[in-house]
Amino acid sequence: MTINLKVWKQKNAKTSGNLETYKVDHVSPDMSFLEMFDVLNEKLVQDNKEPIAFDHDCREGICGMCSMYINGQPHGPLEGVTTCQLHMRSFSDGDTIVVEPWRSAAFPVIKDLVVDRTAFDRIIASGGFVSVNTGNAQDANNLPIGKDKADMAFAAAACIGCGACVAACKNASAMLFVSAKVSQLALLPQGQPERESRALNMVAQMDAEGFGACTNTGACAAECPKEISLDNIARLNREFLGASISNQEV
Amino acid sequence: MSWLTKTLTSSIGKKLLMALTGLFLCTFLVVHLIGNLQLFKNDGGYAFNNYAVFMTTFPVIKIVSYVNYALILFHAFWGLYITYKNRQARPIGYAVVKNSSSVFSRNMAILGTILLVYLVVHMSDFWYRYHNEALPYVQYTEQISTGNVETTLMETGYTQEAKKVESFNEEAGTKTIIVKDLYSVVSFSFQNILLVLFYVLSMFAVAFHLFHGFQSAFQTLGWSHPKYTPLIKGIGIWIFAVLIPVGYAAMPLYFYFLK
Repeated sequence: MTINLKVWKQKNAKTSGNLETYKVDHVSPDMSFLEMFDVLNEKLVQDNKEPIAFDHDCREGICGMCSMYINGQPHGPLEGVTTCQLHMRSFSDGDTIVVEPWRSAAFPVIKDLVVDRTAFDRIIASGGFVSVNTGNAQDANNLPIGKDKADMAFAAAACIGCGACVAACKNASAMLFVSAKVSQLALLPQGQPERESRALNMVAQMDAEGFGACTNTGACAAECPKEISLDNIARLNREFLGASISNQEV
Repeated sequence: MSWLTKTLTSSIGKKLLMALTGLFLCTFLVVHLIGNLQLFKNDGGYAFNNYAVFMTTFPVIKIVSYVNYALILFHAFWGLYITYKNRQARPIGYAVVKNSSSVFSRNMAILGTILLVYLVVHMSDFWYRYHNEALPYVQYTEQISTGNVETTLMETGYTQEAKKVESFNEEAGTKTIIVKDLYSVVSFSFQNILLVLFYVLSMFAVAFHLFHGFQSAFQTLGWSHPKYTPLIKGIGIWIFAVLIPVGYAAMPLYFYFLK
């Protein structure tokens, strides 16, 4: 296949960028989207041109590093997969594909398609620790957890923190990410001691980072590669508003 | 900052205020529609004009109506402020966007602005005129035993201090009231096809705004559960996005085509 690419090129955070056109020949339908970029970059290096900078790590769909906004959708047209798990068979010969970085004031572009997502790390850090006893692991049955709760917590914990929710949201809101992180602990007994402070601090940090507010459009959940549900956002609203009323700080 | 200000100015708190005021305005829509259904009574405006007097004189209703006006303004401008802040969260937009959300949910501010313009027109059409302009008066004589009502338009230039003057004639067994004839004002206004069109189109904006807004308010409150969320969504669509806008739109259409 031959693929025409329009890729966002930007030297660094301070300069402005623009879409540049590339043509990639001999693309195999079995290549992943990132492998197609590898082929293009190799050719660019051979031609003494600058390769395109993009984020990637595990290439197994579990690390959350790849972050391409492909033809108007984070992680491209397939549902429930990251960019690294998107294959060229999802496109047709001769297609023109527009690839842009995540767009958010809280995710400044570092170079080309690479954005700075440390805002997410700061939100996680603001959530604080989970009180867990050290020493020997206790008997598993000491802490009974209902199957339904365990399943909901696990579904929330599937979030890989890639930022597709922010990229998809018209307000560049991080609510789906924060809601998944708050939910996975709020649903389990281990998360109870810091339950209130976690919700309050993570929301405060989310606001401080400059993410937008939630309009409940549902674009985040629709584009999430891990299919995190909007129910988590309702839970975050409950956790935050409940904690605001019941915590001891006046 | 006190805990309350901190909560209400957080991104979730700002939305909470939108949800609570929005739901209050939804209850207003229900009450306003039920009251105005009296426009469809074929009684020369007897029920409707009496209702207008009650709504503008009964103290509790007066207080609630001013709270309602304040909340409409708050909901509108707070919403525009949130929209403005949300736009700042993405200073550089995308070249290509393929949306996976509903067009209504993405354009609540535009729909809301249309509604604000509509409300200004609507309030100056009826509310302002009822309170500040020399409206025609109408006299209703009700035969108490039979309930028959005789309608007499007062001559132009007639005016009275009280909103409603009531008198009884015990010999004839009749009750006579003289009130401002808002019914005729409504009836006359809706002979203008442009106004009728504007009102009907505005009701589409109500429908689209509530199609997303009603269920969204509950999501913001954190009320999401497989047991009752389908019911909330159903009420939002069938009552607030269909039944209520259709009910309102029927009024100008009724006067234009049938009166």
